Amino acid sequence: MDEILSLDHVTFTYSPDEPDIKNAVEDVSFTVNEGEWIAIVGHNGSGKSTIARLMNGLLFPQQGTIKVLNQSLTEENLWDIRSQMGMVFQNPDNQFVGATVQDDVAFALENNGIPYEEMVKRVHEALKQVKMDQFLNHEPQHLSGGQKQRVAIAGALALKPKLLILDEATSMLDPQGRAEVLATVQALREETGLTVLSITHDLEEAILADRMLFMNGGKKFAEGTPSEIFALGDQLVELGLDLPFAMKLTKLLKQNGVKLLGEHMTEEELVNDLWTSNFKK
Amino acid sequence: MMEKMIFGRFMPGDSFVHKLDPRSKLLFVFAFIIIVFLANNPVTYAALFVFTLLVIFVSRIKLYFLINGLKPVIILMAFTFLLHIFFTKEGELLYHWKFISIYEEGLKQGIFISIRFLVLVFMTSILTLTTSPISITDGLEVLLNPFKKLKLPVHELALMMSISLRFIPTLMDETDKIMKAQMARGSDLSTGPIKERVKAVVPLLVPLFVSAFKRAEDLATAMEVRGYRGGEGRTRYRQLKWDSKDTLAILLLVAMTALLITLRS
Ligand SMILES: Nc1ncnc2c1ncn2[C@@H]1O[C@H](COP(=O)(O)OP(=O)(O)OP(=O)(O)O)[C@@H](O)[C@H]1O
Ligand SMILES: [Mg+2]
Repeated sequence: MDEILSLDHVTFTYSPDEPDIKNAVEDVSFTVNEGEWIAIVGHNGSGKSTIARLMNGLLFPQQGTIKVLNQSLTEENLWDIRSQMGMVFQNPDNQFVGATVQDDVAFALENNGIPYEEMVKRVHEALKQVKMDQFLNHEPQHLSGGQKQRVAIAGALALKPKLLILDEATSMLDPQGRAEVLATVQALREETGLTVLSITHDLEEAILADRMLFMNGGKKFAEGTPSEIFALGDQLVELGLDLPFAMKLTKLLKQNGVKLLGEHMTEEELVNDLWTSNFKK
Repeated sequence: MMEKMIFGRFMPGDSFVHKLDPRSKLLFVFAFIIIVFLANNPVTYAALFVFTLLVIFVSRIKLYFLINGLKPVIILMAFTFLLHIFFTKEGELLYHWKFISIYEEGLKQGIFISIRFLVLVFMTSILTLTTSPISITDGLEVLLNPFKKLKLPVHELALMMSISLRFIPTLMDETDKIMKAQMARGSDLSTGPIKERVKAVVPLLVPLFVSAFKRAEDLATAMEVRGYRGGEGRTRYRQLKWDSKDTLAILLLVAMTALLITLRS
């Protein structure tokens, strides 16, 4: 598998002159491979957004190196690397630059000097990928939050990036908008094998990932598949992370003497176990 | 509300005028503002007036919207009209009553100046009523391009304008929300003496400014991530197309100019 991005012992502080202030990111290393879906979780202020900003060259680390597509990120190749990464932020309103949906999707293309005919093609393609092609001329104030986030994803996709970073892209949305955006990301991965790195508080979203990074106080506390991470159980709760609903239910059921075979992260697994373990006569 | 204050109100449509390129419209109106000052006798003023009526007819804008556009200048118009009528003391005496005397020349000048106001307001309103603010911005950006050599940050100004336009509805919504939140806390914005009301606005403006700055910061980051680094090397998605209609519009204006020059005294 090809490596898309790697952080090697990266340390960063927002205030280098004040040693008493804790580093926002401390000695973090991990790699992201092509086609993976990585979720970064952790309590508020644990350094998740800072990591996203470092990957993008919005910030530069005091120690350690960041490699994107096997090139070290430097001031020189910054713009080149940014064009390989799409990023979607939390607030749907504050990242909508264009006057209409299609203008907004074209924004990154314009910045990168893509010729007009190519732009038209890519804008339409990208909007089709997120199923917003019916909304070409809509203005942002007439779109829902979920629709705006999908437009933001299209804006990132138009440049054909290698990696899509979502920094709490669903956290300001209602449940329906959240489901819309997640379905869009899942469909994209199935169709194009896009590599996704999502920072999230939503554990149901994190379960979908291939791998999870668990941040605590600027350090990487744990890394592994969702089942490995959630197997940490009470430790997670102590560090300010909730458990997925199905896991909590599994635990409570076991405490109350219901016979279950394993730990379950999704409701479907739990239901399957419930009826297979308890229905055999 | 605020959008209306800045740019008049855009009325989408598909008339000849609506379909013109914003550049030709801007040039047309700009040149028109200049040639209005060529008129100096009844024939030329009549020509200007008829010409404007024709443009209104072609743009298929309801007169109501144009009259609406007159409201802010109506007092100014009336004032200059009266000024001319009462204080020009040339030509034949037409009317005399106590200390008021109206002369022929005064009446003429008063009417001329009113026509001048009328055609200027109508023409500029037609521009803003038939062109979306974002197209006006695009048109201005291209037309002002030569001034880049004089270090005028044309691209940046146009971008600022289009982003402001984009955020007006967002900020209006926000104002509304904050207003309701403050009202729910018992702040009273609509009654009481002026001084109290002004005081009540402060807790509205502070959160609005704080959030606007937060938005600006977020937006700047989002733009940077999407590769924005100034106007250099950028291509344009919104294309402007100059076609025969636009040339025709400009030729019409040239013809009008020639007419005014021959008819003026
Ligand atoms: N612009 C900044 N200037 C100074 N300190 C900052 C800045 N942004 C974040 N920090 C600090 O850096 C630390 C990590 O912040 P970061 O935003 O990366 O956390 P996060 O994991 O994204 O949190 P959240 O879940 O709230 O988004 C926090 O202690 C925060 O206070
Ligand atoms: Mg964050």
